[in-house]
Amino acid sequence: MSQARHSTARSLAAHAVLILYTVIALFPVFVVVINSFKNRRAIFADPLAVPTPESFDLVGYRTVLAQGDFVLYFQNSLIVTVASLFFVLLFGAMAAFALSEYRFRGNMLMGLYLALGIMIPIRLGTVAILQMMVASGLVNTLTALVLVYTAQGLPLAVFILSEFMRGVSDDLKNAGRIDGLSEYTIFFRLVLPLVRPAMATVAVFTMIPIWNDLWFPLILAPSEATKTVTLGSQVFIGQFVTNWNAVLAALSLAILPVLVLYLIFSRQLIRGITAGAVK
Amino acid sequence: MAQRKAFRWHIAVFLAPAVLVYTAIMIVPLFGTLNLSLFNTGEGGRVFVGLRNFATLFGDPRWSASFWNALGNNAWFFLVHMLVQNPVGVALAALLSSPRLRGAAFYRTAIFIPTILSFVIVGFVWKLILSPIWGIAPGMLDAVGLKSLFAPWLGREGTALTTLALISVWQFVGIPMMLIYAALLSIPDEVIEAAEMDGVTGWSQFWKIKLPLILPSIGIISILTFVGNFNAFDLIYVTQGALAGPNFSTDILGTFLYRTFFGFQLQIGDPHMGATIATAMFGIILLGVSFYLFAIQRRLRRYQF
Repeated sequence: MSQARHSTARSLAAHAVLILYTVIALFPVFVVVINSFKNRRAIFADPLAVPTPESFDLVGYRTVLAQGDFVLYFQNSLIVTVASLFFVLLFGAMAAFALSEYRFRGNMLMGLYLALGIMIPIRLGTVAILQMMVASGLVNTLTALVLVYTAQGLPLAVFILSEFMRGVSDDLKNAGRIDGLSEYTIFFRLVLPLVRPAMATVAVFTMIPIWNDLWFPLILAPSEATKTVTLGSQVFIGQFVTNWNAVLAALSLAILPVLVLYLIFSRQLIRGITAGAVK
Repeated sequence: MAQRKAFRWHIAVFLAPAVLVYTAIMIVPLFGTLNLSLFNTGEGGRVFVGLRNFATLFGDPRWSASFWNALGNNAWFFLVHMLVQNPVGVALAALLSSPRLRGAAFYRTAIFIPTILSFVIVGFVWKLILSPIWGIAPGMLDAVGLKSLFAPWLGREGTALTTLALISVWQFVGIPMMLIYAALLSIPDEVIEAAEMDGVTGWSQFWKIKLPLILPSIGIISILTFVGNFNAFDLIYVTQGALAGPNFSTDILGTFLYRTFFGFQLQIGDPHMGATIATAMFGIILLGVSFYLFAIQRRLRRYQF
């Protein structure tokens, strides 16, 4: 009996701490989103109040849509993120399959070579990357960003996926071989569908830094036509720093897409982590 | 040599795209940067200067003051993460993994949300909240009668860097939380049951049983934090600009590299000194990672279940 009461008290305390931290984590996002729907006076008069019919105002969103090329920025971010993600997953899975499935000379070394990039950030090569992109005429193209992000995402993808692929049953693959399937068919038809949860984990870990990156868009593709959402909102906010409605609306618009994607993937994410990739 | 086995082309085909892209875009530029740091512009273009750029960076007062300042700030930035982010992450994970906790999935999802936001959002949100003009922070402190504690933290030399480090901690605490949570879940029930049989429960169970088992994960998190911090740039750039004000008090290696390479205001961009700073950062990260791999990781005991 006392044991039960003891554990109730403990779980109440745990909830209290977790709720407190959840509030700390969500509070800033909440403040920005509610204030983006209010008129200027209400933003300053009572920043913590939710919008009421009197204070409701979409002027910030109108300014953002009229002034900034946000549709274009979104499109750029989407193209860059999806294309890089596709290449990271495809090339990463292929390399991971080669490393985990076949024994060949230099296998270990190749694995280490590819894993180096997990520890050493690609940013340190920026000076030479920019020179290379200038030389090949790729500055201010989305291609430059896709190439850089593909290289940046590959090491972790190969590492996580090869851990997972070691767990795919050999019998299945050998049965495929006996049936005369080529190695390529075995990879695309048998193995890839089986590691789908791991692919989702890798997708989330790859996608977030790409979508949010400021460094490479700023350096490699700062032109108006190739700005990503992150760079676009940074520049927009810099210009409109005193127009609070517009700033808050731009921030809310930038938060929304990642938030939706994250909520869709979040279940896969924790399953992928707990399945043993990152121990 | 009579080949026993035909060359297995499919292995090469599987490996080629990843290895090519990775080598061309990551490894070659990395070495290109290291190489660039050995040159400087002189009469008639590029001149090989050996290690003289490094001598300038570490010894010439015009450069070394900024460099040591950035390095010191970066070390403090890292220390704040180690002392705040990782313990808070571990504590949250320990709470989340307590058995029969309702709503664990909700807490986990919510606490991870700041991590997915971009630095641009995080930087501006906190700038707005801490702004003395808008006044959410002073207003809230006023409500609990602590208004006198408020100061424009981001604008003062003494507090700006710590404030930024704490903002960064707020943003990234989700990562240690998730990884430790995963590690705690992977501890087999038998181990916990055996501990309970021996009367080891609650706090002492955490300290004596669980913590030693998750030490390898804490090690990985520390090294990831180290690499991330010594490579940080975005948050400072977004909130304080490339000049890392006030008076360079928030300047870290990433912003120093950016300013040197691209130039700012009166200073002209200098790719060679930029490459020199990047090489120094490379050395620092390499030192940290090797220290971890050789001095710490070896001593961590791993348990297999």
